[in-house]
Amino acid sequence: MAKAELMDFDKALEMFEPVLGFEVHVELNTKTKMFSDAPNPAAADGGTGEPNTMITPVDLGLPGSLPVVNEQAVKYSISLGLALGCEIAPSSRFARKNYFYPDLAKNYQISQYDEPIAFDGSVEVELPDGTLFEVPIERAHMEEDAGKLTHVGGATGRIQGAEYSLVDYNRAGVPLVEIVTKTIFGAEHNAPELAKAYVAAIRDIVIGLGISEARMERGNLRCDANVSLRPRTAPGEEPAPLGTRTETKNVNSLRSVERAIRYEIQRQAAILAKGGTIIQETRHWHEDTGVTSAGRPKSDADDYRYFPEPDLLPVEPSRELIEELRAALPEAPAVRRRRLKEAWGFTALEFQDVVNSGLLSEVEATTAAGASAHAARKWWTGEIARIANDRGVDAGTLVSPAHVSELVAMVEDGELTDRLARQVLEGVIAGEGSPQEVTKARGLAVVSDDGALVAAIDEALQSQPDVLQKIRDGKVQAAGAVIGAVMKAMKGQADAARVRELVLERAQQQ
Amino acid sequence: MSQNSTGPIQPGQAAPHEQITTEQVSHLASLARIALTPEEIERLTGELGAIVDSIAKVSEIATPDVPATSHPIPLSNVFRDDVVGETLTTEQALAGAPEHDGSRFAVSAILGEEQ
Repeated sequence: MAKAELMDFDKALEMFEPVLGFEVHVELNTKTKMFSDAPNPAAADGGTGEPNTMITPVDLGLPGSLPVVNEQAVKYSISLGLALGCEIAPSSRFARKNYFYPDLAKNYQISQYDEPIAFDGSVEVELPDGTLFEVPIERAHMEEDAGKLTHVGGATGRIQGAEYSLVDYNRAGVPLVEIVTKTIFGAEHNAPELAKAYVAAIRDIVIGLGISEARMERGNLRCDANVSLRPRTAPGEEPAPLGTRTETKNVNSLRSVERAIRYEIQRQAAILAKGGTIIQETRHWHEDTGVTSAGRPKSDADDYRYFPEPDLLPVEPSRELIEELRAALPEAPAVRRRRLKEAWGFTALEFQDVVNSGLLSEVEATTAAGASAHAARKWWTGEIARIANDRGVDAGTLVSPAHVSELVAMVEDGELTDRLARQVLEGVIAGEGSPQEVTKARGLAVVSDDGALVAAIDEALQSQPDVLQKIRDGKVQAAGAVIGAVMKAMKGQADAARVRELVLERAQQQ
Repeated sequence: MSQNSTGPIQPGQAAPHEQITTEQVSHLASLARIALTPEEIERLTGELGAIVDSIAKVSEIATPDVPATSHPIPLSNVFRDDVVGETLTTEQALAGAPEHDGSRFAVSAILGEEQ
């Protein structure tokens, strides 16, 4: 694919104002699907079923089958709407969105159109510099997910020249809430960071509500990012009309959301600066190469001919239900951030570091599992973030908070040194088991047997008589050479502080 | 996003009176994947025009204070408990498929996005 020309980001921002909009799809973790009683693969224990094993006649759109709304999915959607600061519609309806694509067997998706369950909200988002930004929410509506297509064949496929697609309908009918923002102005230089912070905020909200597994790498949370640029005008002049937007799909990590927005701003700016025009189209983000490529143009394909779903009745939540769900809402993420900052006793910089890394939930869960806040922060924003960055994945996908907490406890109990703990972490990330299991399997525990240490120390002292003399003369810093030799003999599996203690003790006894 | 979204349809806001054209009919036919002959397009253009005229009459009467009706049954909130029921076996699911690979449906490749 031809590499697109990009304009320098700062220069692009000088010439144009970025205008954003997001559509975030959240897969709900109900036990069953939106309109059928098939098990939901996006449930907590949903796992990845064998293809076409989690389906009923409703999910295949077989003749005579009828959808029935999952009450739990409606309640979750209302809770999410409330958490987004939305109004809940006293009456809302489902609609058919008609299109032909084999990811839905019945040739329409049941969605909501002119009567979404929730509308008019806002989400407070914190930017990396600590400023708060209100992202306006237009609506949140209920719909069903589509099946998964795998393309086979073609030039590189195993059947020469044959091109076809294989369809697995397990995901068809998974309950989705689509959250649509209003047009977002004023993000300016922070546009890429705002995008990431917004998606992280939605993730935190749905995790807080417990209504989605929210694993972006599994597609539980998906973001379509809309970007357009408009030329800047002199102060006092009429603002220029909005530019043509592109919609970037397939953005499957927080990091990608930020990169994709930055890329689209730079790409569009380069085209516009040359007098070109932006094509209104869907673009695909490529995680590996860090570029977007053109998908289908938005044209006939978007002529969805919505009409009210005749197989379903309106959803009319009672005032009582709405207030009951409102009362049960967990603390808002913004309030939570202020509380955690207080509770953890971090400096503003330390706390911001955690927020910007998108690791608030991970650190919180790790402290809940028993680790100190400082140790949890150190591991997540340090070693784990470093490995995640190397691999281009989100840190939260590498290791569980429970395992991090276990690792911290082992260091604090003196079972592992920091260095050993980093090796254990590698094993845990490689899927070799819990920190305890990895330590055992790899034989990494600290040698706490003083007998073994003393033997090694005595040997080191005897082979370095000059050092021994210096220590006896009170030049304690000379002990470093002996400690080094002992640590080497112990293959690093000793607690350096304990070794030092013993070296000084043994030196006087030689 | 609202930048380009289609706004809600307001009740009582009648569609502008327009004659249905043969282009509209062939566009609809292609969206619905229905092959029509020129004669059929001609005939259906007339028929669809008559339907649109009838709907326009109804719209004249439906003022904003008359709520839109999408269903003849005055019911709402018909829900299902979130309890897993019986599923099809893969064999049952694929039974009606013209082509499959034993676990998934095989369809003609559609150029464009991987979902």
